[in-house]
This record gives sequence, C-alpha cells and structure tokens, in this order.
Amino acid sequence: MTSDIQKFEDPGLPEHVHRKADHDENAAKAAEKKVAILFVISALGTLLLIGSYYFVKSTTFIFLPIMGDTNAQQLGIGAGLGIALLFIGLGAIQWARTLMPDTEVVAERHEFRSEDKDREDFVATVKERAGAAGLGRRSLIKRSLGLAVGLVGLSPLVLLRDLGPLPRKYLSTTDWKSGTRLVLDPSGRPIKPEDLEVGAVAQVLPELPAGTERTLENIGKDAVLLIRIRPEEFNLDAERLSWTHEGIIAFSKICSHMGCAVALYEQQTKHLLCPCHQSTFDVTRAAKVIFGPAARPLPQLAITVDSEGYLVAKQGFTEPIGPSFWERSS
Amino acid sequence: MTSGIKKLSRYRRHRWAAPALLVVALIGLGTTFSVASEAPAAQNVAVTQQSSQITEGKRIFLQGCSSCHGLNAEGGAIAPSLIGVGAAAVDFQVGTGRMPMADMSQQAMRKKPVYDAVQTAALAAYVASLAPGPQAVDPTSLNYERDGNTAQGGTLFRNNCAMCHNFAAQGGALTLGKYAPTLMGVDPKYIYEAMITGPQSMPKFSDKTISPAEKLSIIKWIKAAQSEPSLGGASLGRVGPVTEGLLAWTLGLGLLIGIAVWLASKAR
Repeated sequence: MTSDIQKFEDPGLPEHVHRKADHDENAAKAAEKKVAILFVISALGTLLLIGSYYFVKSTTFIFLPIMGDTNAQQLGIGAGLGIALLFIGLGAIQWARTLMPDTEVVAERHEFRSEDKDREDFVATVKERAGAAGLGRRSLIKRSLGLAVGLVGLSPLVLLRDLGPLPRKYLSTTDWKSGTRLVLDPSGRPIKPEDLEVGAVAQVLPELPAGTERTLENIGKDAVLLIRIRPEEFNLDAERLSWTHEGIIAFSKICSHMGCAVALYEQQTKHLLCPCHQSTFDVTRAAKVIFGPAARPLPQLAITVDSEGYLVAKQGFTEPIGPSFWERSS
Repeated sequence: MTSGIKKLSRYRRHRWAAPALLVVALIGLGTTFSVASEAPAAQNVAVTQQSSQITEGKRIFLQGCSSCHGLNAEGGAIAPSLIGVGAAAVDFQVGTGRMPMADMSQQAMRKKPVYDAVQTAALAAYVASLAPGPQAVDPTSLNYERDGNTAQGGTLFRNNCAMCHNFAAQGGALTLGKYAPTLMGVDPKYIYEAMITGPQSMPKFSDKTISPAEKLSIIKWIKAAQSEPSLGGASLGRVGPVTEGLLAWTLGLGLLIGIAVWLASKAR
C-alpha cells in the first residue's frame, strides 16, 4: 500500500522574479514619481496642521456627515498630523517595495557559544579590574555598598504591605442599623411612606450621625433602592413581608454578582436589571434572580416607620451586601 | 444572474478586491451609524380649551382607544386601566405619538402623533374626568432656564435617571427588547410628564422625592447636555466604550491589517 502513495518532490524556493522597475527605466521613473507624490502629500499634511493652527478660529465648528459638528481647528491639526506621519511611512514603504534593491540574502545563524579565546579574555579582564578597584582592601566601601543594596532589596516588602491588611469586617457591614433613617440621595431629605406613590422609586442612603462625612466607600456599600408597588403584588414569605412597609420594599443597590449599581427598575414587570451583565431580579419575590449570572438575590433591607412617620431601617442588612469575597460567611 | 456572479467572482483574487471590500464595509458601517444616530425632531404642541371637551374626548376615546383600554377605560388583558392616570399621562402618551400603539410589540414607540393638540386635550380632559390624577403640564410654567440648577440637575440625573437613560441621556437597553429612549430633542413638557406619570417601564418620581424645582434642574441639565459641543471630535453616539471599541476594532484594526497585507505583498 505504502508504495502507492504519491510522492511530491520538494519544489524548493520559487524563482526570484524581478520587478518591472528593476529592468525598465521608465517603470523606475514612474515608481520614483509615486514615492515622491506620497512624500508631497505628507508635506501638505504638515501645512494643513500649521494652517489650521494659525488661520482657523478655535471656536469654528463644521458639520461632517458621520462625525457631526466638529471643531474645525482640532480636526485640521489632527488630520494634518495624521496625514503627515502616515504618508512618510507609506512613501518609505513604497520606496522600499519598488526601488530599493530586492536581492534575496540568506543569513546563516552564528553559533551562540562565544569562542574559547573570547571567554578566557573576559574572565581575565574581570579578575584584573576587580583587583585594581581594590574591593578587597576598601572594606568601608564594600560594607556601605552592601548596606545600600540590601536596603533597596527590602523596599518591595514595605510597598507590598499595602496589599493588606485583610478587610476584616469592612465588607460585611454597612452603615444601616436599627432605627437609621432613610434619606434621599443626593438631597439628604428624610422620606415618609406617603411621599412615594405606587410605581415610584427613590434612591436612598442611611442618615449618618451628625459630623460624619459620607465617603464614596460608604455610598458604595450603603446605596439602597426604595420601590413602592401594590402590597397584594408581593409574593413573599411572612418574614420578608414584615420587612416591607405598605408596599414599600428596599433592596441593596449593589449587585450580588460584580457590585454594579442595580437600579434599572421596570415598573410594569417589577423587574430590576443590572446594566453590567443583565442579571434580572424579581422585586415581588424578594429580588429572586430570574436571569443572568448573579448567584444570590439582592439583600433586602427591613424597613418600618419611626414615631415621626419617617421611614427607618428595622435592622441592618442580615447578610453582606454586594459580590462574593473570600471571607464571606454565606 | 449567474453570469453576473461569475463576472464578480473573476475579480475575487484581484489585488484590489480585499481593500475594496474593506472600504465598502466601512462605508456601510458609517452610514448605518449616522442614520441610526439622527435625533427625531422636536415638536411643540399648543393646548387650547373647549367647552364640550369631555364629550368630544369620550367620543375619540370610544373610537380610538376603547378596543384595548375598555369602553369605560377600565383596562383589559392587553392594556392597563386609565382610571386615575390623569391628564398628564394622556398628554404624554398621545402627544408623543406613543398611543395609540401601532403594533403590540414590547414597547410603544415615539412617533408622529395621531391626534392633534385639540384632540389630545379633549382625550386628556375625558380621562382626567374619570378620577383625579396628575394634570397635564403647562409648558409656559416650566421656566427651567430661570429656575433650574444645572449642577444639581446633573447630580440628580446621575442618581435617578442615568442607569436607564445613559449618563449622557442617550437612552439604553432594558430587558426583552424594551429600552429607555434617548432624551435628546424631547420637549421639556414631556420630560416633566414622564417623571410624574411613569410611562410604560419607567417608574414614577414623586414630587416629594424629587421636588418640582429639582425636576426643572434635571430638565435644564438634559438641555445643557444636548447643546454640549463635541470638542473631542466625533461623539460616536455618546454611549461610551461600545461604539469607541467597535470603531477602533473594525476601522483601526482593518486599516492596520490592510497595511500589513500591502507591506508583505510583492511589488510588480
């Protein structure tokens, strides 16, 4: 059988075909002209840049089909510089392709190992120079150099310390506590149940004790979305139902998948959508995940009203908000 | 037909075939983009009052709306009840052409209004007569340029609106084909009415959580965003990294690939 297999002869390298410009003087002239045209276009590009800078007002806008209203000066500068650089490159390539010698040269790789004589010479030189520098005699230099180099080596250890410390309880806690008032973000006004109509939403944060500054880290953990629907639309167990107030339900806005702000609320379907990875949560079923990569429902905040009728948290979040992390207990 | 394709096919290995295809593809992309990003023209509707408005409104309702919303606006399997939605909701839905719906797709789209201003006002008066609800907004009362605060509006917008309508109010996608429309070129009256009525997927933003003055600030910010010149060149729809990436990967890489092919080809 094996003898039946047709054997191909190695065709070798293709024959070197010379370019027209190599043997036809007219073609070479034409190629030269082409290269020159490319370089001249580049020069015109630079002139466009300079002209735009000096002669176009920085407040002039022109309309271009795809770009829309565009600042004419910036466009001229950018396009001019782009053309100038691009066409120098194009001209150089065209030059190399058509006119520069196209003889094919095979360069063999040399051996990696240096020749024995070079190696011996190197060792001799190092030995001689080390002796001349007097490292053996000048012990003060040797020691202080050792100190300097050693300390530099330690510096990454100090910098790497910033990778720690471990977050401890920081990721598991928020500023929501029993009795914390819900205040509107960003106005900071407290909110009453009757302020929210059915079908309305509000972005809220916990009221911080007087004198406490609200940081972005706080907002990143504390942000809560307040939604009011008809109470009969809830499909919750008794405990979760007791966490709502007159149809108002509160969820952490931080997605349990990657921590994006989940606030795309569709009031007809009662779905909450995360814009990052399309995790969809059903508000009527305690933010149960009905689509997307999120593994857990959004944590629900238990709410009630205080003696003045303002909405307050009944208790803090019962689980860590946001995405999973190593130390997360549940 | 086949001869045409054969003719074309003869050129498929032509040295200009690949660059020509690339240019055609890029022009196609650009054209699609520019057509898609054209903002619909704004409209202005003047509202006039009539004595027999409610009767007239009921007549129009029975003719044009009752097949879905019920003979008494009580709603049905495919359409919500309109009792208590108020004149503002009617003014928004009919005035922007969303109602009556052209087809039962995911979402009522903004289109050329079917009813004129007088008919819309009559319909609104009829629906408002069924039960109290938010009143239609008088455009002259919205002096957002005087009463609004752009910076405050921007903060409120980013907190309450940007997640659906995009950080530059260009609109964005929701679930299952629904979307938050762009706010560019929308009449301030309709922006205000949308906030108080919560049309379709949009929730309501009560006056107690976002006060009327704050709503004017939001409108002022939207208008400021709309007239913001694009100093950095093409805004690419102001939707962020998606179009920028698309353009860089198709146009930028396409160009680089073209140059690489040209570099490696043998000159004749």
